Amino acid sequence: MTPLSHPPAPVRLPHERPLRVGPVSWLLRLRPAAIALLLLAAVALMTALGMRIGDIPMTVVEVLQAITDDGPNHFVVMELRLPRALTGALVGAALALAGAITQAIARNPLASPDILGVTSGASVLVVAAIVAAGSAHGGPSGALVEVGIPLLAVGGGLAGALAVYLLAWRRGLDGYRLVLVGIGVTAVFTNVKYWLLTLGDVNDSSRAMVWISGSLNGRGWEHVHPTALALAVLVPPALLGTRSLGALRFGDDTVTGLGVRTNLARGLMILAAVLLAAVATASAGPIAFVALAAPQIALRLAGVSQPPLLVSALAGAFLTSAADLAARTVFSPVELPVGVVTAVLGAPYLIYLLVRARREVRS
Amino acid sequence: MRLQAVDVKLGYGDRIIVDGLDLGIEAGTVTTIIGPNGCGKSTLLRALGRLLKPSGGEVLLDGKRIDRMPTKEVAKVLGVLPQAPTAPEGLTVADLVARGRHPHQTWYRQWSSDDESAVSEALSMTGLLDLGERPLDELSGGQRQRAWISMALAQGTDLLLLDEPTTFLDLAHQVEVLELVRRLHGELGRTVVMVLHDLNLAARYADRLVAMRGGEVIAAGTPAEVLTESLLSEVFDLDAKVIEDPVAGTPLVVPIGVRH
Repeated sequence: MTPLSHPPAPVRLPHERPLRVGPVSWLLRLRPAAIALLLLAAVALMTALGMRIGDIPMTVVEVLQAITDDGPNHFVVMELRLPRALTGALVGAALALAGAITQAIARNPLASPDILGVTSGASVLVVAAIVAAGSAHGGPSGALVEVGIPLLAVGGGLAGALAVYLLAWRRGLDGYRLVLVGIGVTAVFTNVKYWLLTLGDVNDSSRAMVWISGSLNGRGWEHVHPTALALAVLVPPALLGTRSLGALRFGDDTVTGLGVRTNLARGLMILAAVLLAAVATASAGPIAFVALAAPQIALRLAGVSQPPLLVSALAGAFLTSAADLAARTVFSPVELPVGVVTAVLGAPYLIYLLVRARREVRS
Repeated sequence: MRLQAVDVKLGYGDRIIVDGLDLGIEAGTVTTIIGPNGCGKSTLLRALGRLLKPSGGEVLLDGKRIDRMPTKEVAKVLGVLPQAPTAPEGLTVADLVARGRHPHQTWYRQWSSDDESAVSEALSMTGLLDLGERPLDELSGGQRQRAWISMALAQGTDLLLLDEPTTFLDLAHQVEVLELVRRLHGELGRTVVMVLHDLNLAARYADRLVAMRGGEVIAAGTPAEVLTESLLSEVFDLDAKVIEDPVAGTPLVVPIGVRH
C-alpha cells in the first residue's frame, strides 16, 4: 500500500475517454459513437432504397425530381413511399429503445416490451374492435381505422402494462419478478386474443391477423407524426436516465447507497419503455423481435455490457427498414407484413441467444 | 452525534426485528456491532444507511431526519457497503470503483478530474492500483472485497457503514481489511460503523462495541467494558474466558466448550 501523502497517477477507465471543458466533463465512448454513425448512414441508405423500389421503379435522379417537381411521381414518393419508410424507421427505433430499457431493468437479454404486457394488451383491444365491427356491420372503416385502432392500441398497451406493474409490485419493483409476472399476463392476453379471433368471421379474423403480424403497408404521414412526436418527447429523458440505468445493474442496496432512488428511477424508465412500445404498436402493430434483437445486436456491435440506448434505437430503425424492404421485394408483387420478416429473422436469433446463454452457464 | 437512531422500529413486512432502539454514533470513532445471528445488527446498519425505512422512530444524520434529506446529498456524506454486494458480470475493478463517484456526477459532469483522483486514491489505498483493468470475477475473495471497499472510499464520504466486510475472507485478509479500516480512521478521520462476527478482531479494531441480542442493545462501550464473561453468556449463550490479548492488550475471548 502506498502512503496517502503521495497522490497516485490518475486512473484511466478501460473503455472511455474523458472530454473536459471547464467544469463540464463528458465520457466519450469511441466505438459506440462510431457504430451509431454507421447505423445512421445505413438507415439513410435503406430509406433511400425504399424511395426507389416498388411498382414504379425509379432511379435516384427520378426520386430527386419527384421530390422537387409536382410531377406524377411526386405523390408516389412523398405520400406513399417516404411516410412508409419513415414510419418503419421511427417505429423500429421506438421498439428497440423500449427493448433496451426493459432488458437493462430486467437484467435479462430475453426481456422485451412484450413481457411488459404492452403488445399483448394492445392486440386484445384491437382484435376485439375489428371483430366487433365485423363485416356484418360493414367492416371497420374510416374513422375507426385511422383514429380508433391506434387509440385502442395505445389504451390497450397502457392497460396491459398497468396490469403487469400492479401484479409485479411488492414493496418495490424486482426485475426478475417483473419478467415472470409479465410472461403470465402475456399468456392470458394472447389466449383471449385467439378466442376473439375464433369468434369473428373469416374476413374479420384475417384482417385482424394482418394487424397482429405488424405491417407498414399503407402507412402515411398520420402515422409518422405521432411516432416522431413520441420519440421527440421520450428520447431525451430516456437518455438522461442512462446513468441511473447503469447504476441499477448493481444490487438495490448498493444503488440506494449511491444516492439513486431505485424504485422511482426504475418506474420512470419502465414508463418510458411502455409509452414508446405502445405508440410504436399503435402505428404499425406489434412488429415481432425488433425490441428483443436490436438491443442485443447494438450491445455486441458497440462492445459494451449493457444495451446502449441510442445505438439500440438506430439498430432498431435499421432492422425494421431493412425488413420492410425485404417484405416489399422478396415475393414481389406480393407484399408480406413486415412483422413476418422480422419474425422469420428473429426466431433463429432467439434460438442462438438461448443456446449461447446455456453454453455460458455450462462453461 | 453524527448518526443517531431514535426509538426505531425495524422489520420486513409484518416481521418486526427491532422494536424501539436508540443508538448514537459519535464523530471520528470506529463502532462495531456484534451479536448472534438474527439479532438485528445488519437490519440496524441498513436503517442507519437509509437502505431500510423504519416503521417507527427516526434516523438522524447530523441532527436531520435522513429520510427527508435528498438521497443524493446523503450519499455525499454517508457511504454504505452492503453485505455480499453483487456486480454485473465482466465489470472491471476501475469501473466498479468509478461507480462510487455516482453521487458527485450529473449528465454534464460525467468524469471530472476530482472523480479521477478520488478513484486512483481509493485504488492505491487498497493496493489495487495495478489491478484496475482486471475483471472483478477474476479476483480472489480478498481482492474483491478490497475493490468494493475502494468503491465506498471513492465515494469520499466522512461516514462509512460496512456490513460484515470480512465475511468469506481468510484470517490474513480479514486482518488486512480491518487494518485498512483503522487507517481510514487514523489518517483520514473517518467515522466507521461496521458489523463483525469475529469478537477478537472486533475488540482489537473498534473504539466502541455495541452488543445486540433479540433486536435490543444489551451493552455499549469500549471493548474492555463490553466484552466480559457475563455479557458473552448473556448475549451469545457462550461460556468463555476473557483474557488480555498479548499483542494489543484488548480483551481476547477464549471459548470453553464442553470438552474442557
